[in-house]
Amino acid sequence: MSGEVAVLGVGMHPWGKWGRSFIDYGLQAARAALADAGVRWEDIQFVSGAATMRCGYPGYVAGASFAQALGWQGAEVNTSYAACASGSQALAAARARILSGACDLALVVGADTTPKGFFAPAPGNRPEDPDWVRFLLGITNPTYFALYARRRMDLYGATVEDFTAVKVKNAAHGAVNPNARYRKRFTREEVLASAMVADPLRLLHVCATSDGGAAVVLASEAYARRHSRQAPRIAAISTVTPRFASREVEMPDIATDSAAAAASHSFRASIAARAYEEAGLGPEDLSLAEVYDLAASMELDWYEYLGLCREGEAEGLLRSGATAIGGRIPVNPSGGLACFGEAVPAQALAQVCELVWQLRGAAGERQVENASAGITVNQGLFGHGSSVILKR
Amino acid sequence: MSAGAVRPAIEGWYTLEAPAHLIGARCPCCGSYFFPPLISQCRNPACTGGPLEAVKLSRTGRIWSYTNACYQPPAPYVSPEPFVPFAIAAVELAAERMIVLGQVVAGVDVAQLRVGMPMELVLETLYREADLDHVVWKWKPLEPPP
Repeated sequence: MSGEVAVLGVGMHPWGKWGRSFIDYGLQAARAALADAGVRWEDIQFVSGAATMRCGYPGYVAGASFAQALGWQGAEVNTSYAACASGSQALAAARARILSGACDLALVVGADTTPKGFFAPAPGNRPEDPDWVRFLLGITNPTYFALYARRRMDLYGATVEDFTAVKVKNAAHGAVNPNARYRKRFTREEVLASAMVADPLRLLHVCATSDGGAAVVLASEAYARRHSRQAPRIAAISTVTPRFASREVEMPDIATDSAAAAASHSFRASIAARAYEEAGLGPEDLSLAEVYDLAASMELDWYEYLGLCREGEAEGLLRSGATAIGGRIPVNPSGGLACFGEAVPAQALAQVCELVWQLRGAAGERQVENASAGITVNQGLFGHGSSVILKR
Repeated sequence: MSAGAVRPAIEGWYTLEAPAHLIGARCPCCGSYFFPPLISQCRNPACTGGPLEAVKLSRTGRIWSYTNACYQPPAPYVSPEPFVPFAIAAVELAAERMIVLGQVVAGVDVAQLRVGMPMELVLETLYREADLDHVVWKWKPLEPPP
């Protein structure tokens, strides 16, 4: 892809369980991002919203909803749905618009208000919908997280202590992040005393669902130059889908693809691989990573899918201290989902916000020293990959 | 299984006569399998495909991973009162080279499971409603031959 796009400004509404409309969170995040960028709302030419769908309600979590809340000013609009990866797709739409020359300034917004408890399917009797059938069988989201965790234990010698150590590390990171919902330095004992949800994972190993909002202001290279703005650049956005036969057991599926007649591929490894390829960078060039720790154990899976270590070596990397702030490659310096909880359409953008603050050297007490490049990775239901690389 | 009429909790996904099999779809052209049998065309991008055929899938495989449900899942799960935790297994079928999830039969706990363990498919009650046993496939540790 030719040309570069600058991230001029970022903003968030703190994560929590605030019980208000997602519009409020998106609005506050957007205004914070505009102020951070030093850009007037009236000058934004393109608004890109990250959407979600839940319990059958239509995706009125949309770009236009945020544009209306900010005050209609005629900007063109886009709405992207890719489940947990929605934010990256909204970002990709805005970047493509700028790179095409159609605009210089774009605003990307994602925000959500989440229900309490397990994410559950829409009501009704829908045996033709595997997502409905898996709930009929009692297979919830934590079931999948626990299957990955148990496999690590039986294959690679991971222990519950390792999963707990990830949670304790991320809790320490998030304790000094004003946007995190949980700013408590959980101890190993507290994690191990929490209720078992899906063996071997306990409540404090699994992320919550949260309300929150995140926004990003993007500008063309020409605009950034004209206004003498130093800003992190987007080096890559990966929005890949799986390749048949995809080998991982993926939520909400009941069965994997069959590799009887086709080579088996790892979808999760392909997400970051595409981003590295586009950026012309590799894992050795990274200063930090923000990964999707839906469960503490899944952070370990991501170390390997990002190429931070080889398969089966994630526990060793964690135990060496390399992935804590101050280590060689800090992972989730924001505190990750462990401290935020998941606000689906805002989450991929929240990851980008953290990279921007880190690359500017503006992350305060959680600053990663001399951060020059960072990666985000996440995955949305139904085959949506998401990875963003930013560089200083 | 106790007396009472039996009906499948999900129609068309498994055979009801013993020994039970999952019903998959197979591409006669490339040999790929699919489960559940809800699609009509092959999804192998390298296959020009044709209509899929219904086939019985292997009824044994090895555990890819396993866990349990300690909290009552939301509807449409139908829970006994009080809720009883159950184990869940992801089982890899060798010939089909695919992994299929399912509950583990009642009375088998995660402590009795491990990755690589051989399992077989059986039918067991998923829930009982109005004297009807709604049965579903479950994974059961394979007994070694006598």
